[in-house]
Amino acid sequence: METADNKYDLSVNVAGVTFKNPVMEGSGTFGSGMEYSEFVDLNRLGAVVTKGVANVPWPGNPTPRVCEVYGGMLNAIGLQNPGIDTFIERDLEFLKDHDTKVIVNVCGKTVEDYIEVVERLSDEAVDMLEINVSCPNVKEGAIAFGQKADALYNITEQIKKKAKQPVIMKLSPNVTDITEMARAAEAAGADALSLINTITAMKIDINKRTFALANKTGGLSGPAIKPVAVRMVYQTAQAVKIPIIGMGGIANAEDALEFIMAGASAVAVGAMNFHDPYTTVKVIDGLKDYMEKNHVGEIRELIGCVK
Amino acid sequence: MGKIRETAKVISQEMLVKDIYSMWIETDIARESVPGQFISVYTKSEARLLPRPISICEIRDDAFRIVYRIAGAGTREFSAYKAGDSIDILGPLGNGFPVSEADNSSPVLIGGGIGIPPMLELAKQLKGDKTIVVGYRDADMFLDKELEKYGRLIIATDDGSVGTKGNVIDAMTEQDISGSVIYACGPGPMLRGVKAFSEKKGIEAYISMEERMACGVGACLGCVCRTVNTDDHSKVKNARICKDGPVFKASEIDL
Repeated sequence: METADNKYDLSVNVAGVTFKNPVMEGSGTFGSGMEYSEFVDLNRLGAVVTKGVANVPWPGNPTPRVCEVYGGMLNAIGLQNPGIDTFIERDLEFLKDHDTKVIVNVCGKTVEDYIEVVERLSDEAVDMLEINVSCPNVKEGAIAFGQKADALYNITEQIKKKAKQPVIMKLSPNVTDITEMARAAEAAGADALSLINTITAMKIDINKRTFALANKTGGLSGPAIKPVAVRMVYQTAQAVKIPIIGMGGIANAEDALEFIMAGASAVAVGAMNFHDPYTTVKVIDGLKDYMEKNHVGEIRELIGCVK
Repeated sequence: MGKIRETAKVISQEMLVKDIYSMWIETDIARESVPGQFISVYTKSEARLLPRPISICEIRDDAFRIVYRIAGAGTREFSAYKAGDSIDILGPLGNGFPVSEADNSSPVLIGGGIGIPPMLELAKQLKGDKTIVVGYRDADMFLDKELEKYGRLIIATDDGSVGTKGNVIDAMTEQDISGSVIYACGPGPMLRGVKAFSEKKGIEAYISMEERMACGVGACLGCVCRTVNTDDHSKVKNARICKDGPVFKASEIDL
């Protein structure tokens, strides 16, 4: 495998950070990698993207928080997290022993909450920050910043003033025009974009005659959303110059390649980790196979090759 | 002890009563398993993305048995598997019943509906003077003949067709059941009843919780339950059923 690695260059660069390969996992589907490290060698991943962390612990939403739908799932976890103190002591401590990039997903209810987390991470072993302004499952903050261009501009600008690491703004698909959001984030100084977060959705339990999720609505993820995500990555890539991390239902290397060709510099595997914990490494191996078969020396050649 | 994801082999499958199936699976996971643990079972369709958590009913060296109810398309797919077919599983998951910690001189094992299966392996492994209380909807009973080999079996049915009419708590009250420790698995309302019963009688109870799950390994925080005190992992009053449970001390859970 080492020889193939040398012959076929999988490395990509996102906002000045070099990843050994373009494959990471989507925030919230992988914890901080601890649980999945029983199955996956984290050193093989381009990056580990942590579950969203806030300035203080959040209890999240009532259960049921998850349910399956055809080709995907809904979740309304509500960004339960142990808060930045525990996160630094436990999760970052665990990750620092791994040869992979670390992207911390940051959430908050107010701009000040976000800034507090961003500042606490200044001197930590963190390569990039991913700002969650697109979680559909919390009432305050998060998506309130991600659905209006001026609010997104404002929070991006304020975070950029304080952040020591490159800032990725994670965009919501629950907007009329994703390119308007992408342009606002870029204009405010965002270093990169990640998209898409989950799509607001609902399932009704006809036997109990109630909502399948206690939160009534949840975020749809999984293969069902992939074509929407590929379209949005393509549109965004046409609208901005900053790099894009693409995600939404990636199950295999073919899916990942669609995102890359649509303009993503890197990709994240989300819900499919639940179907098969080895999905990330299978995607990496599959990318290599594709490059071999098609005589692609550098994966970078494929980024945005479909215009 | 590590978790294993493997494509295992179905040894046998039979229907016990309508919609309740029993499957023996040849798997390396068996060696690592203890009563009260569960496995994730994956469907063969990517359109049904989430694994189905199913409790382990009986354990041998190289195989274990699951007894499950058809609840939807995924479990219906599993019910069609025949001897020799492959089955994708991950396990063992969760903590299992703490058999070495408790006073097992006269344990009471309580199972309600599809919460009954894990009680079989537990009953086989416990040495003491066992009382086994099981609740069914009606006379469509399963595992009762096997369970009665390991202790005094008390039955409750919702429609009163067999044993006490009502639930397991009604049966235990009617028969004035007591013991050194309680182990229970079943639906939420039953566990709430078990917790109240155990507090009234002053008996330590271990309950196996159930919730909709996604990852099954403790990463996604989908299947949490409310705890009385702040949980050490989550730093809020939520514990992960799939990882920190599914078995908890009843006194630690806010039901």
